[in-house]
Amino acid sequence: MKIDKQLVREIAKTARIELNDDEIAKFEKEMNNILEAFSKICAVKTDNVEMSIHPIKLGSALREDRKEKCLTQEEALSLTNNKKEGYFTGPRAV
Amino acid sequence: MKSLHEINGEYNCFNTIQEYKEKTEGALKGVKISVKDCICVKGMESTAGSAILKGYRPLFNATAVQKLLDEGAVIIGKTAQDAFGFGSFSINTGKGFKQPLNPIDKTRVTGGSSGGSACITKLADFSHIALAESTGGSIACPASYCGVIGLTPTYGRVSRYGLIDYANSLDKIGVMAKTVIECAKALEIIAGKDKKDQTTADAPVEKYTSFPGKGVKGIRIGIIKESIQDGVDKDVKEKFLKTAEFLKSKGAIVEEVTLPVTFKHALPVYYIIAMSEASTNLAKYCGMRYGRDEKIEGSFNEYFAKVRSKCFDDETKRRIMLGTFARMSGFRDAYYIKSAKIRTLIINEYKNLFKKYDVLISPSMPNTAPKTEEVKKLTPIQNYMMDILTVGPNLAGLPHISVPVGAGLPTGFMIIADHFDEGIMLQVAYEI
Repeated sequence: MKIDKQLVREIAKTARIELNDDEIAKFEKEMNNILEAFSKICAVKTDNVEMSIHPIKLGSALREDRKEKCLTQEEALSLTNNKKEGYFTGPRAV
Repeated sequence: MKSLHEINGEYNCFNTIQEYKEKTEGALKGVKISVKDCICVKGMESTAGSAILKGYRPLFNATAVQKLLDEGAVIIGKTAQDAFGFGSFSINTGKGFKQPLNPIDKTRVTGGSSGGSACITKLADFSHIALAESTGGSIACPASYCGVIGLTPTYGRVSRYGLIDYANSLDKIGVMAKTVIECAKALEIIAGKDKKDQTTADAPVEKYTSFPGKGVKGIRIGIIKESIQDGVDKDVKEKFLKTAEFLKSKGAIVEEVTLPVTFKHALPVYYIIAMSEASTNLAKYCGMRYGRDEKIEGSFNEYFAKVRSKCFDDETKRRIMLGTFARMSGFRDAYYIKSAKIRTLIINEYKNLFKKYDVLISPSMPNTAPKTEEVKKLTPIQNYMMDILTVGPNLAGLPHISVPVGAGLPTGFMIIADHFDEGIMLQVAYEI
């Protein structure tokens, strides 16, 4: 697998990171070096092997569906300057 | 006696120095606790070492922090780290943060990512325990380089509630201290099921302080053969083998074992999984609601990209980029899915050995703390290769402890136990 500048741009766009031309060239080189070293995993036989999403067996993550204590509106808004009339303000959506 | 501010002026081990306590009595009365910057303390700036969280003062305590406070501990501040835990040397500190310096030789690195935790643990001339965190070796590595004890518990043993996450399936809150007993005592307090973290385990919390002192007679110890082969410094290997010999002289049964799949593949598997999880976790940092914000202008995507690009350091961007790639349609099967399957093979490889052995041992790091200037010359992939000894137990979620051995520049002796077998691990560690 070879990563080119166009793919670096596409990844950066997906990840919401702005890169200038120098950074794109740097990441292209570094990512290719890293993936070359990582690609040896392709040779490992994993037919019929299940994925491990966690290293230990976990029980049910479900809880009873009832209202629990959470942050108040004032507390939630206390950590930002971008707020107005009890709501967060954000960039335009359209 | 130097003040914390004086120590920090010399070694940069804290991002924030601030005292906070809730109770005056308890099992930890008078004990001072430093908290890694990625673990939330109410009202205390908690940035995970990244500029994007500058100014964030959590409205709550992490569960581990709360449990220590409930026992009368006093929080003394937030310790320096690689941004979000992205590093093995604590040189990848975020924009505007200083690199912590090795307490034995300031030209050398502390190790990472819990570098500030190890540094203050070594320098503290008062009763102190560090609350740290490991994803792929971030407790064992700095503990080894700074000459302190670093304990990483089983995944799910300690609640991650209030931890600013790096990789959810790998992150573990642990402790550092000057003695095994202090580590055992702290673990006893912070371990246990937490309804605020559904990945905490139901397994009963043992009385860990009762294990040290039981000796090692008849304990079955496996020396991991691959961990003392190519690439390990002669000095590290000699001190390690001498310590293994000492345990044998005390009655332990010591034999060589092998972990071929782990040593061949754990490094790429770890990085692919860790970066994939990190790239999704860090998607929430967008300059809104908390942490760093900017004047709002442009569209959502323009604003998010502007704040993230300005605040994230190079290594954070690199890991987000690689993680995003590994999860992209067309590449996901070859990288992320493949790695998650090989992770199963690695876990099974360890589990098979634990049918015959109580603990496994290896050096914690293949070298002593390198000089900062040497580390800065390494390429990203050379940096990642340094984690070869620690990624295995971290991927498999196994508890491990690094204990300093020998004279001169510190080296760490790592003891790895089966899931939830922290007791026997502490029992062996105490004898060293």
